[in-house]
Amino acid sequence: MSLLEIKNLHVRVDGNEILKGIDLTVNAGEVHSIMGPNGSGKSTLAQVLARRDAYEITDGSVTLDGKDLLAMKPEEAACEGVFLAFQYPVEIPGIGNTYFLRSALNAQRKYRGQEEMDAMDFLPLFREKLALLEMDDKLMSRSLNEGFSGGEKKRNEILQMAILEPKLAILDETDSGLDIDALRIVANGVNSLRNPERAMLVVTHYQRLLNYIVPDFVHVLVDGRIVRSGGKELALELEEKGYSWAEPETAGVGASAAPALRRDGARA
Amino acid sequence: MSTDMNVVHELASREYEWGFVTEIEEDRIRKGLDEDVIRMISAKKQEPGFMLEWRLNAYRYWVQQERKQAEPRWANVRFAPIDYQDIVYYSAPKQKKQLSSLDELDPEILRTYEKLGIPLAEQKLLANVAVDAVFDSVSVATTFKEKLAEIGVIFCSFSEAVQKHPELVKKYLGSVVPHTDNFYAALNAAVFSDGSFVYVPKGVRCPLELSTYFRINAQETGQFERTLIIADEGSYVSYLEGCTAPVRDENQLHAAVVELVALDNAQIRYSTVQNWYPGDKNGKGGIYNFVTKRGKCLGRNSKISWTQVETGSAITWKYPSCILQGDNSVGEFYSVALTNNYQQADTGTKMIHLGKNTKSTIVSKGISAGHGQNTYRGMVKILKGAEGARNYTQCDSLLIGDKCGAHTFPYIEVKNSSARMEHEAATSKIGEDQLFYLQQRGLKTEDAVSMIVNGFCKQVFRELPMEFAVEAQKLLSVSLEGSVG
Ligand SMILES: Nc1ncnc2c1ncn2[C@@H]1O[C@H](COP(=O)(O)OP(=O)(O)OP(=O)(O)O)[C@@H](O)[C@H]1O
Ligand SMILES: [Mg+2]
Repeated sequence: MSLLEIKNLHVRVDGNEILKGIDLTVNAGEVHSIMGPNGSGKSTLAQVLARRDAYEITDGSVTLDGKDLLAMKPEEAACEGVFLAFQYPVEIPGIGNTYFLRSALNAQRKYRGQEEMDAMDFLPLFREKLALLEMDDKLMSRSLNEGFSGGEKKRNEILQMAILEPKLAILDETDSGLDIDALRIVANGVNSLRNPERAMLVVTHYQRLLNYIVPDFVHVLVDGRIVRSGGKELALELEEKGYSWAEPETAGVGASAAPALRRDGARA
Repeated sequence: MSTDMNVVHELASREYEWGFVTEIEEDRIRKGLDEDVIRMISAKKQEPGFMLEWRLNAYRYWVQQERKQAEPRWANVRFAPIDYQDIVYYSAPKQKKQLSSLDELDPEILRTYEKLGIPLAEQKLLANVAVDAVFDSVSVATTFKEKLAEIGVIFCSFSEAVQKHPELVKKYLGSVVPHTDNFYAALNAAVFSDGSFVYVPKGVRCPLELSTYFRINAQETGQFERTLIIADEGSYVSYLEGCTAPVRDENQLHAAVVELVALDNAQIRYSTVQNWYPGDKNGKGGIYNFVTKRGKCLGRNSKISWTQVETGSAITWKYPSCILQGDNSVGEFYSVALTNNYQQADTGTKMIHLGKNTKSTIVSKGISAGHGQNTYRGMVKILKGAEGARNYTQCDSLLIGDKCGAHTFPYIEVKNSSARMEHEAATSKIGEDQLFYLQQRGLKTEDAVSMIVNGFCKQVFRELPMEFAVEAQKLLSVSLEGSVG
């Protein structure tokens, strides 16, 4: 049984169809990268998997470990092991980072019938992960993401992921906003979490990230459909030739050069 | 409405936990208000002549006001006219004789307070909190009295203070809130039956948190308590009040007056956790909480801080204020006011700067949910002589759902050009994105909501004494349940 199985997923937002029939299978231990132009539906897919409410699912199914993911509430999906590193993490004033993380971890442990962790047990774990992501203690005494720089927010997402140890980690453009050193650190953090039980869905625009987090598969999402899938070399090709190269003929309205390029690409 | 919001909505049906009624024999007088009733109350309390005179004076003023229909109407709250002749102004648990120790207190009353989480038996008390328990019209027990007396701190019921410390009462009663201040203050002055009295002598730092717990039990009664706290030169006291009432379909009036006086270098911290019955989710029943609270920083370098967490009552009308008379005196107001369902609150503060280099800080956090209406009304007045006065005001509103309302009315009057004023205000909605973020990490909707709200209120909670900050947080979470939608 695959960890994640998406079949013919159709999703609407405010009456507009954004995802137009996604099929995707992810097995435990695999890292899949999803690339695609702005507005193609990558974040929509990520948020639907994390069970955000704003989306209308008009067709299709998604299972996580064989369970119907679409029937779950966001907190259930989280407790079942879905983690979303947000493209735009929110700021919440007045909530301490450490307190928040421990509450989240305990909510998940409780769900799974594990004992809750007290502050004393939590601290060493927290310290260890902070060190992994080379993050400053001082940042953690501030409110959740409040006043964090763009890069600090992204790093904080990965810190949370490292502590919550999800089954399925979805990273939505975690690389955007990171400087070169931070990118390396974050990628190291992510790589240290790769293991045979865990799968990752890495949404990115840039091949650069995939030099660090090397994917097993790359999928190209254009206008709500996966138009192409391949190995890690697909990302390189995309970088070189642009998305229009990957677009199917039917979607290529107004992109007259695309079909020819696509044929080239297909042979390559 | 999203399904998350629905979940929160369902939580709304959680009941008011403090709504039970204690079965007890009452000593109550007839309904209605006239001079005879005032005399009856005064006689029941065996008051000295000056008190009766004081009450009658206030009563006569109030009658004029009532004839003129001078009930304050400027507040942003709506309610049907109150029939002041349909209220019982005195009700007390029947007691055969003067209590000499807590053991003689009616066990039903002891049980009531235990149920409310306020055990009165001293061995069970929070180690550093002394409690005065006011049940309907009278104070039924004050704990740790002797221990406090050893260091000269007087902490007793108002009635006892009238008997034992008439000189202090005479000197300060009405000195901060005269009966002419407003309609409800006049009514209170006429009929108040009990309350707490505190005097902290020169140079004494009161080692215990002093606390009064107000409980309305009887039906068709009003509660009119009066609290007077005097901090003599160089002293310090921290005082906390809490309040609950049974669930009843009719509205009950609570019109209290609190007066604080701080002399040179003295400091008073006054904290309130107000949890009167708010009415049901359709807005039936609940307490009308019409309260006048004011502190006077009479001495140099004195300081008065009001911290309030207002979650109960059908209608709240209160403006704990500071008169900053002494040079360098400091006034503070930290407030969390939450209105859910059909609750209405019009609350805020007045900071009146008279002395030189006086400073005031106002932090108000209003939370509106359901159909709740929440108004901040604040006045900062800098008078001519208040050279170098400073004020900082921050008032934030948080909206949960889209049927509630938040309103802000800041009034500023500056008569001295050296004044420095800062004002910040913000209104935000609990964002669906914030909720989703917390849920995505595994938190249930209701926990996510209360985490966000508690975060919003943090600045105020940290001003509360430790023991009560935790209570206040819990109370807020409970009061919020079912609030989104
Ligand atoms: N709430 C919404 N209302 C209307 N349209 C929406 C809403 N949310 C998303 N969309 C639209 O859905 C489309 C897909 O958006 P999505 O955020 O999934 O794109 P993306 O692939 O993540 O893009 P980017 O690379 O810029 O992050 C966009 O056209 C966007 O405008
Ligand atoms: Mg996106």
